[in-house]
Amino acid sequence: MKDRIEIPDHNSLFKSEPYVKQREGKKAFEAPCSEQETMEALAYSKSSEYKDKNFARQSLVVNPHKACQPLGALMAALGFEKTLPFIHGSQGCTAYFRSHLSRHFKEPAPAVSSSMTEDGAVFGGMSNLIDGLENSVALYKPEMVAVSTTCMAEVIGDDLQAFISNARLKGAISEDLPVPYANTPSFSGSHITGYDSMLKSIISTLYNRSGIQAAPGSGETTGEKLNLILGFEPYTGNFAEVRKILAAFDTEYTFLGDHSGNFDSPATGEYSYYYGGTKLTDVPKAANALGTLSLQKYSVKKTMEYINGTWKQQTISMSTPIGITATDRLIEAISELTGLPIPDELVDERGRVVDALTDSHPYLHGKRVALVGDPDLLIGLIQFCLETGMEPVHIICSNGDNGFKEEAEALLAASPYGAEATVYIGNDLWHMRSLLIDNPVDLAVGSSHLKYAAKDAGVPLIRVGFPVFDRHHLHRYPIIGYQGALNLLTTIVNTILQNLDEDSSGFNHDLVR
Amino acid sequence: MMKMRQIAFYGKGGIGKSTTSQNTLAQLATKYGQKTMIVGCDPKADSTRLILNTKAQNSVLQLAAERGTVEDLELEDVVQLGYGDILNVECGGPEPGVGCAGRGIITAINFLEEQGAYEGLDFVSYDVLGDVVCGGFAMPIRENKAQEIYIVCSGEMMAMYAANNIARGILKYANSGGVRLGGLICNSRNTDREDELIMELARRLNTQMIHFVPRDNVVQHAELRRMTVAQYSPEHQQAKEYEMLAEKILNNKMLTIPTPITMEELEDLLMEFGVIEDEETAIKKMQAAAGQ
Repeated sequence: MKDRIEIPDHNSLFKSEPYVKQREGKKAFEAPCSEQETMEALAYSKSSEYKDKNFARQSLVVNPHKACQPLGALMAALGFEKTLPFIHGSQGCTAYFRSHLSRHFKEPAPAVSSSMTEDGAVFGGMSNLIDGLENSVALYKPEMVAVSTTCMAEVIGDDLQAFISNARLKGAISEDLPVPYANTPSFSGSHITGYDSMLKSIISTLYNRSGIQAAPGSGETTGEKLNLILGFEPYTGNFAEVRKILAAFDTEYTFLGDHSGNFDSPATGEYSYYYGGTKLTDVPKAANALGTLSLQKYSVKKTMEYINGTWKQQTISMSTPIGITATDRLIEAISELTGLPIPDELVDERGRVVDALTDSHPYLHGKRVALVGDPDLLIGLIQFCLETGMEPVHIICSNGDNGFKEEAEALLAASPYGAEATVYIGNDLWHMRSLLIDNPVDLAVGSSHLKYAAKDAGVPLIRVGFPVFDRHHLHRYPIIGYQGALNLLTTIVNTILQNLDEDSSGFNHDLVR
Repeated sequence: MMKMRQIAFYGKGGIGKSTTSQNTLAQLATKYGQKTMIVGCDPKADSTRLILNTKAQNSVLQLAAERGTVEDLELEDVVQLGYGDILNVECGGPEPGVGCAGRGIITAINFLEEQGAYEGLDFVSYDVLGDVVCGGFAMPIRENKAQEIYIVCSGEMMAMYAANNIARGILKYANSGGVRLGGLICNSRNTDREDELIMELARRLNTQMIHFVPRDNVVQHAELRRMTVAQYSPEHQQAKEYEMLAEKILNNKMLTIPTPITMEELEDLLMEFGVIEDEETAIKKMQAAAGQ
């Protein structure tokens, strides 16, 4: 091609002479350690003495596997139609949430900030919030504004409820505009706590404003049959998979929070701020459905308590349904809540995936794995490992609570494949690095953040969860349902086979695996 | 059952908020059978010692700091039963000069609410340090929390100045929410025409002087023994005073939006009552003194 542009990749670019020279030149100003010292320190960091010191660490966290509360709140807000996420606090925080989500989904994440500065910190953020609401409604014409907070607003104790009602009194926003809010300080909880608080606030605000009185089961004729919550869901493909399953059941349903539209918008040449999402009018009507099924448990605790307590509906919460057993439970739960029989096509699909699992089983059996992720994802992954014959060894959940630890340990104790596992809560990925080096495994499973520890330990990384920054489009493919089990199986077994090929010396570089 | 009432005591530091509130709540609990909880919102954590007869109880934040996080706490760890079956909690906070005491109060009150600490109560009383200096110390008067504020003051200028400031804080929240001023409690310092002065201040703030608590040493005697007067000397006249105040709070219907006054108005008021002199008189006196 005549106009071909030469684009060097990072590896070749930074090995070229100008960059090598530049790095050498900079060294004079950096007072670096000698190469020998660096090598020694690196070797020491891989010793078991260092591992013990690492685990005795108290006042330092290195690479914790969690994000801020408002990041989750932002995702929850984007699950609703024409909803503008509004972050009350400093601007930099908002930029971080937006870029973090964009790097994972490769989509823009619209959100506005009340841009508090020194003045706001001293005098309180009320005028920032009121002006911000007025401006953003005028500019972006949302049908709902979902307000969450950054640490700054929380530390100074800004009272969102009072501020928002003052904004109405002043006429900055109309009475008709729903403005749910959530207090989301990042010094407690994690992104899943923020997701939960915002989702609960949106649902309760829309319900309270509607005047509807919850009558579970009364909405069957008008389309309110089953509500679904996917929670802090990094996979847009999982929404598609749930839709597929529900289509097979031929049932009416409402997603309470569906951000798959906003995080998977088509490139048409025109950009709109809002794509898809749960219709605002559908939320209060959902109170009349037969029941609510949540595919995350630890991420939506408060929301499910609300639905249980206020709507008095039947509720079923399960952790991310990964693998055959968990998907069976999902299908049974749908059948239980709707009273509909299990469709034959799902039974067929199940059979095909079980067949695929058996095909790969010889390569999976006894493979030792390390797992990192949010609590619900980990429960799903542990189950998947155990049913495919893989052995979880190190499990780290930075944002897990004692309830999670107990559930995970009980799950592991119930299978011979779980005998060697240890579950750590509140630990970070620097701990995981020590574990991977000290007690090696065959595979590491987790987000992109795990890539450094995995590389140091020479373990291949299977990217699952949030965030995945360094591989494209994984979020478009489901990891739940029978199809999701097949997708995960494909990735895992092919990574193992790839490694076999890379390690084979020639005579055993087999054609058939 | 009656709806639970949430009240808060504010006032200048050292004015006797904790003493007045504990003495009054002890009467409210024992004489009027009100199931009461005291939530101390002062980093010094000394709002409940007279009820518990102890030095100071373990505070929410102190225990949270020891265990790493507030999520590791159970309600039983921080709620203690004291005299008159009053439940007691201290929010606690950082050492003087460090950290953020206001945030501490937010954290502690959120913890209590989430754990359902308020179930089955008739009264929750917040005892809040000094002025409403920041958003954290306004936490007890936010929506769905204390609806009635009682300001403890005396006839001293700075106490009245603080009372006026607190009224301004209440006004900020009263317009958008349900918080109201319940009245001024005059904790007497035996200054001149104190009762008239506070009644006049109350009138200008659009509220009432709900009670005039005379000064009596028995309060200090009881306090030295870590007791309220109700417990130390139940038949004493001072106990009756607190009982009267408790009864007035129990039946208080005068809940208003305050109308704070300016600093000039406050100074004029004090001059009117002869607490401070106008400049001319002051200069004359100084000259007279110099001439002697």
